[in-house]
Amino acid sequence: MISRVLEVQNPKIHVRDLNFYYGQAHAVKSVSLGLPEKKVTAIIGASGCGKSTLLRTFNRMYDLYPKQRVEGEVVMNGMNLLDPKQDPNKVRAKVGMVFQKPTPFPMSIFDNVAFGVKLYQDLTQAALMDRVQWALEKAALWKEVKHKLKQSGSSLSGGQQQRLCIARAIAVRPEVLLLDEPTSALDPISTAHIEELINELKGDYTVVIVTHNMQQAARIADYTAFMHLGELIEFNETSKIFTNPAQPLTEQYITGHFG
Amino acid sequence: MKADRIYRRRKRNNIIALALGCVAMLTGLFFLFAILFTLIKNGFPALKFSTFTENTPPPGSEGGLLNAIAGSAMMTLMGTLIGTPIGILAGTYLSEYGSGSWLASIIRFVNGVLLSAPSVVIGFFAYSMIVVTSGHFSGWAGTIALAAILVPVVVSSTENMLRLVPNNLREAAAALGAPQWKITVLVTLRAAKAGILTGMLLGVARISGESAPLLFTALNNQFWNVDLSKAMPNLPVTIFQFAMSPYDSWKQLAWAGALIITSAVLILNIIARLLLRRKVAVN
Repeated sequence: MISRVLEVQNPKIHVRDLNFYYGQAHAVKSVSLGLPEKKVTAIIGASGCGKSTLLRTFNRMYDLYPKQRVEGEVVMNGMNLLDPKQDPNKVRAKVGMVFQKPTPFPMSIFDNVAFGVKLYQDLTQAALMDRVQWALEKAALWKEVKHKLKQSGSSLSGGQQQRLCIARAIAVRPEVLLLDEPTSALDPISTAHIEELINELKGDYTVVIVTHNMQQAARIADYTAFMHLGELIEFNETSKIFTNPAQPLTEQYITGHFG
Repeated sequence: MKADRIYRRRKRNNIIALALGCVAMLTGLFFLFAILFTLIKNGFPALKFSTFTENTPPPGSEGGLLNAIAGSAMMTLMGTLIGTPIGILAGTYLSEYGSGSWLASIIRFVNGVLLSAPSVVIGFFAYSMIVVTSGHFSGWAGTIALAAILVPVVVSSTENMLRLVPNNLREAAAALGAPQWKITVLVTLRAAKAGILTGMLLGVARISGESAPLLFTALNNQFWNVDLSKAMPNLPVTIFQFAMSPYDSWKQLAWAGALIITSAVLILNIIARLLLRRKVAVN
């Protein structure tokens, strides 16, 4: 049988035998894979397959909820991020995340982007300004907002808000960027903007994106993982997954037979 | 045929329910407007410039309500300054820290009891705690009683407003590495700011018209006094005493005072509504 999970040399994040439970419900089952550095990896699968749950273990979002429990290891830079001795807030400063719905904070555009920076770095006002500009430029939003940095973040359109959230995440200079269905609440034009942006970001960051949209995975991801009912069915280069899947289940999913 | 009958029955039931609802609403509105009408009819002519510039008069002579207005304003202000921080902190605990814990459930239950406790009971509490132990009536006793009425109002409105803040926002702040207290102070409380302010204003409106908790705490005072450690003049108790008196000048002042309090409460409520509406429009 063809190996269903591709072995990645020197992965940025190494997931080892990960199991996740919501109370009694077993949501992620014995997942192991390596996520390649400075590449875009997409996680696809039907609703409820555990793809978002898997993503949320990488920055320990489950710590916010007492009933959620994880077993296994997520190793980055030689450290197990899930180790209770690791400060989850320090993990999150290295592993940024952007959510499905745009979440501008109730403050100005500038303060939104500066929020995470101020938590961990003591920059001068000028250096902070530079950092905010840099992040907004990276997120392809600078031109649209440079004259209204003092305006409220929620005054922007949905697509702009999502780019603001991406700027806010990269302003902290994380090593990994997690995107949880970042375009599912956006119109096609905003979606195209964000996809271009993801393409550019992968030069600097390891990007992991959860998406419902298979075309999106095919367009922007270098690697794709397919999950089904909590299990990792197949992980390979995106071109192989979409043209020559090794598992019948993967083939059924990408051809639209379920999900 | 049968479908037609069901349809007609549904229509008839609808008309009956609508009619009952309208009667109930009109009854409520009738009493509200009757009160307002009487109040304006009697209070407006009694309102003079001297009402705001002179102190309460001795029996049978002319005067104003200046000392009572000032005393009420002071106790309401101090009660708000004491009660609001406690209420906001407790409401924040219930929504952001204690959710799911047994302690929070108990606090929430007790707060609900306090919220509907008769204000005279709160006044009696302040009386036995402060007036009895200190040996005299004082503005502080009144202030504490008012604060004790304000706290549960602010607690429940703060908790409710914080619960309206989408969880996404908390997760997004946590995902940047923000510790819980920074998420709460910089993001969640800020997002609920307008709602919390509204709750506070509604609480202030509530305590500014309370008379029962002041009756045996602040008592009342015929003279100008801004020293909270002495018996304080205040509007509600002044209205109560003057309205029961046989002197016409006092009765007139009682009407004027009632109109002043009602207008103040009405204005506070309107400001609170406007704030809340603006908040909804922003979201």
